[in-house]
Amino acid sequence: MGAALLEFDGIHVTRGSFALSADLTISKGARVAVIGPSGSGKSTLLSLVGGFLAPDQGRIRVNGQDITALPPGQRPVSMLFQDQNLFPHLTVAQNVGLGLRPDLRLSEAQRARVAQVLAEVGLEGMGSRRPANLSGGQQGRVALARVLLRARPVLLLDEPFAALGPALKGEMLALLARIADRTDATVLMVTHDPDDARSFAPWTILVDDGVAHPPAPTGPLLDNPPPGLRAYLG
Amino acid sequence: MASGILALTRAEAGGALAATALAALILGTLGAVAWAAQGLAGLGPWDWRAVWFTLWQAALSATLSALLAVPVARALARRPFPGRSALVTLLGAPFILPVIVAIMGLVAVFGRNGAINEALRLAGLPEVSIYGWQGVILAHLFFNLPLSVRLVLQGWQAIPAERFRLAASLGFGPRDVARHLERPMLRAVLPGVWLAVFLVCLTSFTVALALGGGPRATTVELAIYQAFRFDFDLGRAASLGLVQIGICVAAMALARWIAVPAGFGAGLDADHVPEAPEGWHRISDMTVITMAAGFLICPMTAVIARGLPQIPDLPPEVWQAAARSVIMALVSALLALAFSLTLALALARGRMRWVETAGMLPLIASPLVLGTGLFILLRGWFLPQALALPVTVAINAVMALPFGLRALIPAARTLHEDYGRLADSLDLRGLARLRYLILPRLARPLGFAGGLAAALAMGDLGVITLFASDRPTLPLQLFQLMNSYRMDDASACAVLLMAISFGLFWIFDRGGRLA
Repeated sequence: MGAALLEFDGIHVTRGSFALSADLTISKGARVAVIGPSGSGKSTLLSLVGGFLAPDQGRIRVNGQDITALPPGQRPVSMLFQDQNLFPHLTVAQNVGLGLRPDLRLSEAQRARVAQVLAEVGLEGMGSRRPANLSGGQQGRVALARVLLRARPVLLLDEPFAALGPALKGEMLALLARIADRTDATVLMVTHDPDDARSFAPWTILVDDGVAHPPAPTGPLLDNPPPGLRAYLG
Repeated sequence: MASGILALTRAEAGGALAATALAALILGTLGAVAWAAQGLAGLGPWDWRAVWFTLWQAALSATLSALLAVPVARALARRPFPGRSALVTLLGAPFILPVIVAIMGLVAVFGRNGAINEALRLAGLPEVSIYGWQGVILAHLFFNLPLSVRLVLQGWQAIPAERFRLAASLGFGPRDVARHLERPMLRAVLPGVWLAVFLVCLTSFTVALALGGGPRATTVELAIYQAFRFDFDLGRAASLGLVQIGICVAAMALARWIAVPAGFGAGLDADHVPEAPEGWHRISDMTVITMAAGFLICPMTAVIARGLPQIPDLPPEVWQAAARSVIMALVSALLALAFSLTLALALARGRMRWVETAGMLPLIASPLVLGTGLFILLRGWFLPQALALPVTVAINAVMALPFGLRALIPAARTLHEDYGRLADSLDLRGLARLRYLILPRLARPLGFAGGLAAALAMGDLGVITLFASDRPTLPLQLFQLMNSYRMDDASACAVLLMAISFGLFWIFDRGGRLA
C-alpha cells in the first residue's frame, strides 16, 4: 500500500465485556472492506473514526492530523449509515445542501453545485422531492450525492444498501466506486457479504477476537481464511 | 484523556443550565418558605384540621374516582355505539377545562336553583348543598372521573383480543371473564389511577376556594391563601407551605412504588371490542355510559346555554382581562416549551439523570407554596401589585413543565437515536439544528405540550389570588363576577374562558400536527 492516510495508533476501547484493539494504517485512496463475525466490533471501528466513540487509549490520525478529540462534524470524514441517511422532513436538495452548509444558507453557485451533483447521480430535477417519494435506490443516490459534494478524504460505510436487492446494490457500489475515485477518498466499508468485499475492495480488515487486523489483500484472505473468519464464512 | 466527545455537548450544557436555573428557582423558593416558617409551632388546630381535610378529601376523591371508573370503562370497552370515540375524546376535555368554569357548571346543575334540587323539591325530598366538603368531592370527581375512565379503559384495551377469544372458546361467562382477565388487569391499573387522582387533589385550591372553606372544607392550599390574604400572617402561611411540601414529598415517595400513568395521551381507538354479555348487562352498561356522559356534559351545556347569549353584553373590562390572560398564557407556554425542550434534548443524550429529577421538581412544589416563597423573596424589591402577573406567568410555566417533559422526552430520545449521528456527522449545530432538525421532527409533541401549557395557564386561578390586583386575569375576573352574584356576566365570562382555553390548545396542537 502507498502513503498512510488513516492511522489507528495503539487504539484500545473497552465497553463492559466488549473490547477492541486496532493498530494499523490505511493508505491514501485505498478501498478497504471491514469483515468479521457479528458483534466483533466492525461498527465500533467505524464509530471511532466517525467520532461517535472515544477510544480509551491511542490516537486516530488522518493525513498526519490527530482527530481523536474532534467532534464528528468537524472530522475530515463522511459517513453513510445502515439507514437514516436522509432527513425525511427535508427535500432532496436540502438533504444534499446540508453537506455544503449545515445552516443551508446557500449561494446561487452552491445551489447550482447541488443540482449538478444530483444530476451526476442520476436524480436530475428531483431536488424538490421528499425522501418518502423516492425509491430505496434513489434514496441511496441522494446520500451518495451528498458524499460527492462534501468530498471528504475519508468515507465510512456501515453496511450501506443492505436493504436493497442484489442488482440495485451492485449498481450502488459501482456508483460509490466512481464517487470515491472522483473525490480521491479512502473508503472503509463494513460488510458481511464476501462478494461485496471481492468486487469493491482490494483490501480487507478482519475484525475478530477483539482485534482489528491490518489490511490484507481481499482475494487471498477470502480464499484462504484464518480459522475465525472460516467459521464465520461457513 | 482530553476528548471532545466526552466533553459536554452544547445540548447537554444547555440542559444543565436550564435544570440548574429551575432547581435554583424551586429549591430557593421552598428554602425561603422553610426559613420564614420557623417550624410548625405557629400552627393551630384550625390549620391541622386543614391538613386532615386535605388528606381525607384527596383519599376519598381518589377512591370514588377509581371505583366509579371501573363500570364506565368496562361499558365503554365492550359496547360499540355511535359517538363512542367522540365521548372518549370528550373524557380528555376536563384536563384542560378551567376549574372555575367547571365549578360554574356544577353550581348550575347541583346548586340551589339547579336541576337536581328542583327535582328534589318536586319530590318533596330535602335539598342537597353543593357548598362544603361534598361540593369539593363532587368537583374533584368531575375532573378526575373522566381521567380515571381513560386510564382504566387503556387497561381494558391492553388486554389482547386473543385472550377474550380464548375465553369465549372456553365458554367463560361474564363472571369467569371478570375473574381471569379483568380483575388481574384492574389490580395492576387501579393503584396507579388512585395515586394519580390523589396527587392532583392534594394541591386542590380553586375548588376549595369556590366550594369549600370553613372549618370542615379547607385544604392546606386554601389555608395558605387565607393566612396570606386575610390575616397577612406570612409566618403561618410559610408554616402551612412547609406542611404542603411535606405532603407532596411524601406522596411522591409513594409514587416511586406505584407507576403513575399518563392520562392525557392521544386518542384511544378500540381496535377490538370484546364479546359483551347481553340482557340486563347491556341495559346497565348503557345506563352507566349515559350517566357518566350526563355528569360530564350537563354542567357544561348549562353554562353555555346561559352564557353564550350574554357574551355581546360583556363589559369591556372582561375583554381586557381576556386579552391580558391570552398574552400571559402565551408567554407562559413559550417559557414552558423552551425549558422542557432544552431539558428533553439534554436528557435524550442519556448521560444526565439529574436533569430529569430537576424537571420533575415542580411536582413537589404547589403553586401557592411557590407563590408564597416568591413573595417572601421579592417583597423587598417589588410591590405585590407589580409581582402578580409576572409571578403567575412564571409559576404556570413551571407547573406545565412535567407535562411538557412527559410529551417531549420520548420524542427527543427517538430523534436522537434516529438522526443524532447523522446530524452530528454533518456538523448540524445550534440554530441550524433547531431549525432543520429539532423543530420539524418534534413539532407534534411541541404543539401538544404547548397547547397543554397554554390552556392550563389560561384557566389557572391560583397564585393570582394571593396578590391584590387591579389587573385581573380572566379566571380571576370570572371569580369576582361570581362573588358579586352577577351570574349572567359570570356565565358569559365562563363561556369565553372555556372557548379561549380550548381554542389555545387546539391551535397549538393543530399547528404541531400540520407543521
